[in-house]
Amino acid sequence: MALLGVVLLLSIAVGAKAMPLSDVWSGLLHRDATEYAVVHRMRLPRTVLGLLAGAALGVAGAVMQALTRNPLADPGLLGINAGASAAVATAAAFLGVTAIGGYVWFALLGAAVVTALVYAVGGGRGATPARLALAGAALNATLYSYVSAVMLLDTASLERLRFWTVGSLASADSATVTRVLPFILVGLLVALGAARPLNALALGDDAARALGARPALIRAAVIVAVTLLCGAATAACGPIVFVGLLVPHLVRALTGPDLRWLLPYCAVLAPVLLLGADVLGRVLGRPGELQVGMVTAVLGGPLFLWLVTRGRVAHP
Amino acid sequence: MSVIRTPGGLSLRFRPRALAVGAGAALLAAGLGLVVLGSGDYPMGPADVLRTLTGGGTAAEQFIVHELRLPRLVTALLVGAALALAGTVFQSLVRNPLGSPDVLGFTQGASTGALVVVVLGGGSLALAGAAVAGGLGTGLVIYALAWRRGVHGYRLILVGIGVAAILTGVNGYLLTRAPLMDAARAVLWLTGSLDGRGWANAGPLLVVMAVLAPLVLVGCAPALRMMELGDDTSSALGVPVRRLRLVLLAAAVLLVSFAAAAAGPVSFVALVAPHVAKRLTRAPGPNLLPSMAVGAALLVGADLLAQRAFTEHQLPVGVVTGVIGGGYLVWLLAMERRAGRL
Repeated sequence: MALLGVVLLLSIAVGAKAMPLSDVWSGLLHRDATEYAVVHRMRLPRTVLGLLAGAALGVAGAVMQALTRNPLADPGLLGINAGASAAVATAAAFLGVTAIGGYVWFALLGAAVVTALVYAVGGGRGATPARLALAGAALNATLYSYVSAVMLLDTASLERLRFWTVGSLASADSATVTRVLPFILVGLLVALGAARPLNALALGDDAARALGARPALIRAAVIVAVTLLCGAATAACGPIVFVGLLVPHLVRALTGPDLRWLLPYCAVLAPVLLLGADVLGRVLGRPGELQVGMVTAVLGGPLFLWLVTRGRVAHP
Repeated sequence: MSVIRTPGGLSLRFRPRALAVGAGAALLAAGLGLVVLGSGDYPMGPADVLRTLTGGGTAAEQFIVHELRLPRLVTALLVGAALALAGTVFQSLVRNPLGSPDVLGFTQGASTGALVVVVLGGGSLALAGAAVAGGLGTGLVIYALAWRRGVHGYRLILVGIGVAAILTGVNGYLLTRAPLMDAARAVLWLTGSLDGRGWANAGPLLVVMAVLAPLVLVGCAPALRMMELGDDTSSALGVPVRRLRLVLLAAAVLLVSFAAAAAGPVSFVALVAPHVAKRLTRAPGPNLLPSMAVGAALLVGADLLAQRAFTEHQLPVGVVTGVIGGGYLVWLLAMERRAGRL
C-alpha cells in the first residue's frame, strides 16, 4: 500500500513539465494555484486511469491463470486485449466511432468473443501451458494483422489508432475515467467474489462440487469478470501486455496460491507496476514519453522468458 | 506408397497422391499466374500472354508483361514458396501445427528491422537489408535463449512467443515515432504487399531460394522426417539431430527474412500452406515440395483477389492472406480442440 502511495505521487509529480513536490501538493489542494490545471486536468486522471487499468489487468491475469490452471495465461498474450483492439479498430474505421464512450462497448464485445474462444481452447484437460500460449499467440497474430489492415485502408484511423495500439495512458481525461470506472469496478467485485469458489475449483470439478461450489456458474462469472476488466482497460489505454502475467507471479511469491489473498494483492501491486512503468516511460522518453505498453512489454518480456527457460512450464 | 525398382537394384519410393497434389498445385499456380499476367488496366487473354512470354506480341505488350507484371508474379511465386517451405520446416521442428514464423517472432523481428529504417528514413534497399538483418538477429536471439543442451520444440515456441510479444511492443512504439506519411508506408510494408515489385525485389530471394531450397529438400528432408519420431529415436537411427536442427532453423529463418525483404511479412502463408498440403496429400512427415507449390498458388491467388476484389482500389496482398489465414486458424483451433490434440 505504501508502495502504491509513492507511485501515485510520483505519477502525479513527474511529467513533461517539471514541478517540485511542494508545487504539486499545492496544485492538488488549492484551486487557485497555477499548477491546478496541470495536476487536475492531466496528471490526476492519468494516474487514476493507471490505477484502474493496472488493477483490472492484474486481477484479470490472476483469475485467468486460476481458471485455466495455466501459469502463462495473460490477457495480452492470449489475445483478449487484441480482440478488444480489433473490435475498436473496426468501430473507429467503419462505424465512425471516435470517442471513448463508444469504444468501450466494442472493446467489451471483442474481449468477450476472444475470452470465450480462449476458454474453449484452454479450459479442457488436454491443454498444456505451451499449447494455450501458442493458440493465443496465433490469435494475436491474426487480430493484429486485421488491425493493421484496417489502419492501412483508412489513414484517419491510422493517425488515431497508432498511438492507441501501443498501449498508453496519455489520452486519459476525466471523461475516460468515469466511462470505464463502473465496468472495472463491477469486474473487480465479481472477480473478488469468485476467489473462494475458484480456490475450490483448483481441486478439480468433483471436489469443488463436493465443497458446495458450482463449477459452471463460477466459470461463467470469471469469464464475465475477465471480459469486463480487459475490455474496459483496453478501451481506455489500448492493449497492454504482460501486466496480467507478471503481477500474479510476483504476488504468488508473497502470498502463496490462495486467491483470497492473491487477488487483493494483485489489485494493489499491478497499478504500482503499471504506473511505475508509465513514470519510467515519461522519464526515459523526455521531452516526449515512451508509451506504457512499450515499457511493460520490455520489462515483462524478460520475466516471461525467465519463467519459460527456467523449465517448469516448458514441458508439454 | 509406390516403389519403382530398376534392374540394377536401385529403388525409388514415392507417393502418387503427394506427387499429384504437388503437380496440381504447381499447375494451379501457373494458371493463376497466367490470369494475373493478363489482368490489369490493359487486359490480355491467356493466349496473348503466352505469346508475349515466348517472345511474340507488340512492344507495348512486351513491356507490360516483362517489366510490369512478370516481376510481381515471380516475386509472389517465390515469396509464397519460400514462406511455405520455412513454415513447413518450423512446424516440423517444433512438432506443432501452429509453429509458424508469424507466431514465433521471426516475422516481427524482420518488421522491427524495417521499421527502424522507416523511422530513420532510408530507401527501399536499406529497408530490405534491415528486414533481413532484423529477421536473422531475432533468429539468433531466440536460438540463444532457447538453447539448453540443444534446442527443443517447446522452449523454442515459448521463447519465440515471448520475443514476439516484446517486439510487437517495440514495433508499435517505432510506428508512433514515424511521421504520418512514413507511418502509412510502414503499415503498408508491415501488411505485406506486392505492389510495384520489380526484378530488384525478386532477385535476392531467387538466389536464396536457389541455394536453400535444394539444401532443405534434398539434403535434409529424409532426416527431418525421421526427426519427427523424436530426438532419441532419430539419434539412434543415425540422424545428427542437433546439427541438423541448427541448419534447418538457419535455413528457415533466412527464407523468412528474405521473403519479408521482398514483399513484407505476408501473414499466414507459412502457417496455412503446410496444412493445406498435408490435408491434400494425406502423407505423414513434412510435405516440403507440395507445401511449396501450395504456398506459391496461395499467394498468387491471394494477389489476384487483392487486385480484383475491389474495383476502386487495390488491397495489399497481406490483407487477403490475413483474412484467409485468420479464418483458417479459428477453424483449425476448433478442429484440433475437438480432436483432443490441443
